[in-house]
Formats: sequence, structure tokens, C-alpha cells
Amino acid sequence: MDFLTGIFVTPFAEMIDMPDLFFQALWDGFVSGTLYGLIALGFVLIFKASGVFNFAQPILVVLAALALISFYKMGIPAWISVICVLIMFYGLAWLIERLILRKLVNTDGNILFMSTVALSFIIIGAAQWIFGGRPSSMIHKELGFPTGSLEWPMFGGGVYFELLDISAAVVAVLLIIALGLFFSRTKIGRGLRAVADDPQAALSVGISLNQIWVIVWFVAGVVALVTGIFWGARSDVSFALQIIGFKALPVLIIGGFTSVPGAIVGGLMIGLGEKIFEIYWGPLLGSGVEGWFAYFIALGFLLFKPQGLFGDKIIERV
Amino acid sequence: MVNETKKVMMEVKNINLRFGGVIAIKGVSFDIQEGEIRAIIGPNGAGKSSMLNVINGFYHPQEGEIWFNGEKRPSMEPYEVAKTGIARTFQNIALFKGMTTIENVMTGRQLQMNKNFFWQMLRYGPAIEEEVKHRKRCEEIIDFLEINNIRKTPVGSLPYGLQKRVELARALAMEPELLLLDEPMAGMNVEEKQDMSRFIVDVNEEFGTTIALIEHDMGVVMDLADRVVVLNYGELLADGTPKQIQADQAVIDAYLGVPH
Amino acid sequence: MYFRETGQFKSKYKEELAAFPIFEDKIGIAIAAIIAFILIPIFGLPGLSYEFTLSAVMIPVVIFTITTLGLNILLGFAGQISLGTAAFMGVGAYSCYKIMTIFPDLNALICVVLSGVVTAFVGTIFGLPSLRIKGFYLMVATLAAQFFLEWAFIRIPWLYNYNISGAIEVPYKEMFGIVLTGAKSEPLTRYFICLVFLVVLTWLASNVIRGRIGRSWMMIRDMDIAAELIGVRPLTAKLSAFAFSSFYIGISGALMVFFWLGAAEVESFDINHSFTYLFMVIIGGLGSITGSYFGAILVWVIPVILKEYGKSVFGIDAFIMENFTTILLGVVMLTILIVEPHGLARIWQIAKQKLRLWPFPY
Repeated sequence: MDFLTGIFVTPFAEMIDMPDLFFQALWDGFVSGTLYGLIALGFVLIFKASGVFNFAQPILVVLAALALISFYKMGIPAWISVICVLIMFYGLAWLIERLILRKLVNTDGNILFMSTVALSFIIIGAAQWIFGGRPSSMIHKELGFPTGSLEWPMFGGGVYFELLDISAAVVAVLLIIALGLFFSRTKIGRGLRAVADDPQAALSVGISLNQIWVIVWFVAGVVALVTGIFWGARSDVSFALQIIGFKALPVLIIGGFTSVPGAIVGGLMIGLGEKIFEIYWGPLLGSGVEGWFAYFIALGFLLFKPQGLFGDKIIERV
Repeated sequence: MVNETKKVMMEVKNINLRFGGVIAIKGVSFDIQEGEIRAIIGPNGAGKSSMLNVINGFYHPQEGEIWFNGEKRPSMEPYEVAKTGIARTFQNIALFKGMTTIENVMTGRQLQMNKNFFWQMLRYGPAIEEEVKHRKRCEEIIDFLEINNIRKTPVGSLPYGLQKRVELARALAMEPELLLLDEPMAGMNVEEKQDMSRFIVDVNEEFGTTIALIEHDMGVVMDLADRVVVLNYGELLADGTPKQIQADQAVIDAYLGVPH
Repeated sequence: MYFRETGQFKSKYKEELAAFPIFEDKIGIAIAAIIAFILIPIFGLPGLSYEFTLSAVMIPVVIFTITTLGLNILLGFAGQISLGTAAFMGVGAYSCYKIMTIFPDLNALICVVLSGVVTAFVGTIFGLPSLRIKGFYLMVATLAAQFFLEWAFIRIPWLYNYNISGAIEVPYKEMFGIVLTGAKSEPLTRYFICLVFLVVLTWLASNVIRGRIGRSWMMIRDMDIAAELIGVRPLTAKLSAFAFSSFYIGISGALMVFFWLGAAEVESFDINHSFTYLFMVIIGGLGSITGSYFGAILVWVIPVILKEYGKSVFGIDAFIMENFTTILLGVVMLTILIVEPHGLARIWQIAKQKLRLWPFPY
């Protein structure tokens, strides 16, 4: 009986009782949500352009963060370090296209996926070797992002907004808009969509697959960098950051693997849902439910609406 | 070879099939008599494959009834339909590309094999006897269709015409009462068509299997079919013997054209 | 798989249906058996201490071959992708622990088999989503299983008997006067037990694969629509694949904890391990039993031996060797995917063919 009350009554009572806490949870969830959406975006981009589910995306986030910190520690000014990282990512994208993607052009999606898994192993091994395994702190202050927090009194209590979170949300939104415009307005963006739809057809109208892929992986790297900066600022930069990347999977299930707005909506749903679930139902089930909540929501979607909210419908013709 | 007593094996009544806003089949009714070769023809998109899919249990019509061997058939899943004795080949070959010819044909015996898990694990006694028995039968079918020399070849590396024959072998391995063939001659040259026609007739005459086939080659249809159903835009256009169909004005206008 | 020796004819179907109809294969198996059962126990491996050979190389590779067999059944033969392998090994390990503590007089080997049965049940349940989804989507569902089970291993204290450290420790078990598990047991005993399990399980798997049930799995893998038309009920085929595969994986998990490590922590069952097992299957060759052997051996043995040589011969830091082997694994995996996606099994087949004809190309 207590258990049932705990599920159906107490949480909602608490929400109404302490609206400031509820609002805080909403805000925190919202921020996580935008960052999840951002990581999911990295996946969507590559999937849209090459049909590959890039398992290495989470590790790219870690790599970006670690590289940025290292460049800075070598004495390079903060924003120049950012540019160095971008150059590094462009080189990496070029290498990946040359050595891997080119060789696997016509193969099955599953093989491509496994190759990104292999790639992630290589990057993890290399990154750990070069940068060491110890956590480091992100240089967001040096980049000029404000720290500290605002308190906004409401509902009799107060809600805290970390300035960093606000910056994160703003940058995420800007990036999403930029990417959206990139996809729909520019020539390259159109080429990307063509390749995603049908690589052979795209080739036949003269679109250079190789160039497209390099661009796409580079953009994924950019997204990884932004994600790395903000996630790294909230919690230290270490290889544990990968786990956050895996969270993108449920986001993609909910939003659809091929949809940019889907990544955002999915991200928000997971971010908000997780937070609310953890705070209000967590005590009942034991802490750490955040670890698998997202997956269970995804499971529900998988069983009833596998293409997600915005994805392309999966049709099997006999 | 039409059954003199004209016993009806399968009857579809008033089938309506829609996909969202698209009407695939509209109010189609016809029957298939035991032992006959029934052709289903019509222009592309007329709903022929969809009709076979309905009979197979892949598509479930919004309205209509299916009667099989005198009983009304409830809505069934494809594997249940297979159990009632209906087998099928596909327009785009649906062979198991990872297996050889003999393995593919053996899969057709799946329903006839039932020794349980325990015996399967030991692969002794009943399990192995069952395997041998069915293997023998499959080899007979392979002999019958003259594909012995490619028994051990992975089907993915076979030419198109032979793949179609293997698919037929697999369907025959199911020992069906009713065999549905979806464009069995598609993509074949003249010789291959002759061979395939011969096999189809053999299957019908020697095993007594009732056959329904979708086909575009009118020469084949005229030769093989006992009766023909003509579909157009999802509706039934005509139903009769090949001669009757050839003379039917509506059919000529919609599909056949005038010989020149 | 498709490799057929010319000049060897069988006059009875029964002979053709045997496990190793080709004479050369029989010899190969005999050699491998002699090495595994006799040579290594007596001589160990060159350059490595006997203790190390058994405890760090042979026992784990035998156990992981069982794991790889299990995963190969699910992924290679039935075409259902699963990223929860490590978590299911955990299920096997924890259930073995519970069975041993609840029934302390029960023979250790029976406990292991029973834990395989428990894992089969659990695997079947987590396999239910495969009835509605496939490919990537199924992969995500199995990831859910992986993370959920990892959480459960920590959060359900009943599993580790409310032990404060959260880890399980292996109790002392014996049979016919020989110590099987626990600190007093001999590596050699444990090695032979694992080896026997492997041989028996391989034999069973090979039988099932070649029979009706194995065929139904391969049908579902290749084209599930066609399989349905033939009368295969997807539910039975898929769930039986999950069950059978989980049985193997569960046993390997129990063996891993009780006959190798001696203790278990949740880290042993994490997502990185799941990927390692996936690599073993793919590098070895999907849908191939010998491939499972190759994959497990390559992915486990080479890194372990490299690390050991690196340390003892060249004095290289362990941290560096660890990262080096991770990178190496990724590179090998990529190479296999690019050059021969069917894995080592196929490479082996081709090599055998070429060797027989050498020095002629045809």
C-alpha cells in the first residue's frame, strides 16, 4: 500500500508542495536535455549523411575535451586552442574517410557500425595513452563563459540558475539553428541530404561522397567539442563522460535516428524525464535510476513506435 | 488439368484491402479449383501480388472472407497459413542467401520435422533419423527439378534462373496443397521459361498440386492455365478460361491490346 | 562452411550429416585436442610460467570460447544482435552464487549448469523485444538490459548475500576429494573442468545448429519473412535462440567467477566487456563454431601474452601496454571488417584450400 502511494501520490504531492524544487528540477532537466540533444545531433548528422551509426561519437566528446585542455596547458590561449582542436578534428575526419570509410563504401550497415566501434577502441586507447587516465578540469572560465549562479526567488523559495547552464543552453540552441540552416539552405547541406538518402544516386549526379563524409565527420567533431566543453564544465573531464554519450541512444530512439528536431525533442524528454523521475521516484527505488530510466522509455518506444516521433517510417515490402 | 467434379479448394470473397488512403484491392472475388492451374494476370500495380499476400496471411484485408477447403478461414499469421498447406514463391527471390541449395530446400521441410530440443542436442536416434528421411525427400525434389549439380553451391552465387528453380524446390519441399507462384518466369530467357513451364506442369500433373500463378507472359498463360483471373486497378476485370479472356473486350482494352 | 573437399564421397546421408565429414578436419580436431588436453598441461606455453599459462591464458580463453559460442549462436546463427553479453555472464555468476549458498551440498558442476538454466530464463525475457524490433533497435534494447542488470547487481543486495563489499566470494567446493573451487583449488583441476565444459557444450551446439532448430535460426537470420512463410514461428525461433545462447553465456559467467577469478565485482560485467565479446565473435567469424574458437583465442590470448612479454622482456609500463593492446584490438577489428568481414574462420578456410594446392594457384 505504501509502495503504491509512493508511486501514485507522494511524488505529485511533493511537486505541488515545493514548487520551487520542482522548477529547479525542470530547469536542471532542461539543461541536461539540451546537452543530450546536442550529442544526439552528432549521431544524427553522421547517420543522415552516411547511414552509419557512429559509435565513436561519445569518445569524440572526451577526445575533444581532453585535447582542448592539453592545448591550453601547453600555453596556447583559450580560443586559439579551440581552433587547434577544430583543425585536429578536420585532420581526423580526413583520416577516417581515407582509411576507413572509403574501404567500406558498399557494405552492410552493421559492418559500418562495428567499424565505428573498433574506431572508438582505437581512439580510447590512443587518448588514454596520450592524455593519461586522470580527470582534468575544463577551461570554460578561460574561454570566457560566466560562472556563478543567479538566484531567482519564486514560489516562496528560490530557484538557482547556473550561469554556465544558461550559456550551455544558449550555445546549444544557436548551434542547432545553425546546423538546421546549414542542412536546408546550403549546397553542401543539400548534398548531405542527398547522400543520406541514396549514396549511389548522389554519386551519379556528381556529388563527391568523400568530401561530404569529411565534412560530416568534421561537423560531428564540432558538435563533440561543444558538448565536451559544457559537459566537461559540469563534471570533470574523464573517460566516464562516455556514458553520457550512450544516453544519446534512447534520445535517438525517441526522436528518430534521422531527425534533427527529433534529437532535440528526444533530448529534452529524456533530460526532463530522468531528472523528475530521479528526484521524485528515485528514493522509492534506490538511487541511480537515472542510469537506466532513459533506456526503459526507449524500450517502450521501441515496442510501440520504433521509428520514434520524427523518424522515417520503416516499411518492409514483400 | 481441371478436376471434373470442379471442387473448390480456395475461395476469396469480396476482398477489400487498403493501405492508408490507397486502395489495393477492391471487392475482388474468385475461386481456385482443386487440381487446376489458375493464372492471375493484369497490368503492374493491379493488386496481384497483394492478392497473394492476402492469401498468405501477410496482409489482412479490411473486409472479405477467405474460404479454404470448405471452411472459412480466420485471420491468420503467415506461419499458420503455411501449416494449412499453402506454399509460395516470390517475385524477388526470397531464398536464404547464407545457405546452399540443399540447405534451402531442407528448410522447406521445417514443418514436417518435430523431434524435440533434447534429441536435437544429442543429434541421435529420432533426430538423426528424421534428418535422413527428410534429406532423402529433398534430394528427390532436387532430382526432379534437375538441380543436382548445384546442390552444394551457396545460392547467392547462382544465376537468377537457377535461383528461381531452387525457390520452387523449396516450396515443393513443403508438400503443399496449394502452390502460389509470383512471376516464376520473370527475368528468364526462352529456354529457361520452357524448362520452368515444364516443371510447373509436371508438379501439377504428377503431384496433383493446385497452382495459382501470377504471370505477365501471355504465351505462358495461354499454354499453362486452366482458368484465368484478370485484375485491373485492384478490381476484378474478368474471370474465365484463357480463350474467353483473350476475347474479352474489356481485357483487351485494359491490358492485352490487339495482336499486330 | 562452404568448403567441400573434392574426392571425398559419402554413400550414406548419415555420414554426410556428421559433424566433421571431411577427413582433414578430423585430423585438425585431433591435433587441437592433444594440444589442449595433454601438451599444454604438461609443458605450458613457451616463455611463460606454468602458473601464468594456466591461470591467465588457458582458463580464461576456454571460458571465453564458451561465451563466444553463446553469442555466436545468437548473433551469427540467429541474427539477433545483443550488447548485453557481459551482463548475462553476471546473471550466470550471481545465480550460481545464490544456488551454491542456498544449496550448499549441491555439486559445484550442477550448480554451474543450473545457473545456465536461470540465465536462459532471464535471457528469454530480455529477448522478448526481438519479436517486435530488429537491427539497431534491438541493439538498444539489449543495451537497456546491460545497464539495467549492472544497476541491479549493485542495488539488489540479496544477490550478493548482503555482503558489505558488494562483491561475491567463491566458497570451497570439492568433488570426489578433489578441490574444485576456492583458494585451495589447483589451476590444473579448474582448467580441465572448464575444458570439459567447453568440449561438451561445443558438441551440443554443433548438433543443434545442424538440425531443425538451428536451421530455423538461420532462416530467421537470413530472411525472416521467408521463414514465416515456410512455417517457422518467429516467436519460437527467436526466443529459443536467446534461451540457448543465454544458457551458454550464463555458464561461462559462472565458470569465470567460480573457476577462474575466484571473486566477482560488477566491473567484470560492464559494457566494455560486452564489446570485447562482440569483437571475439566478429573477428572469429559470424555463424561459425571454429570461428568462435579463433576469435576468443585471438582477442584474449594475444593481448595477454603481449602484455606479459612487454613487461617481463622489454620492461614496458603496464599502463602503456594496456592502451597499446586496446588500440591493437581496434585496428585488428577494423582490418578484419575491411578485408574479410566473415572473420578468421573464412580466412582459415581459404588458407586451407590454398595450402593443399600449393605451389599451384588453382
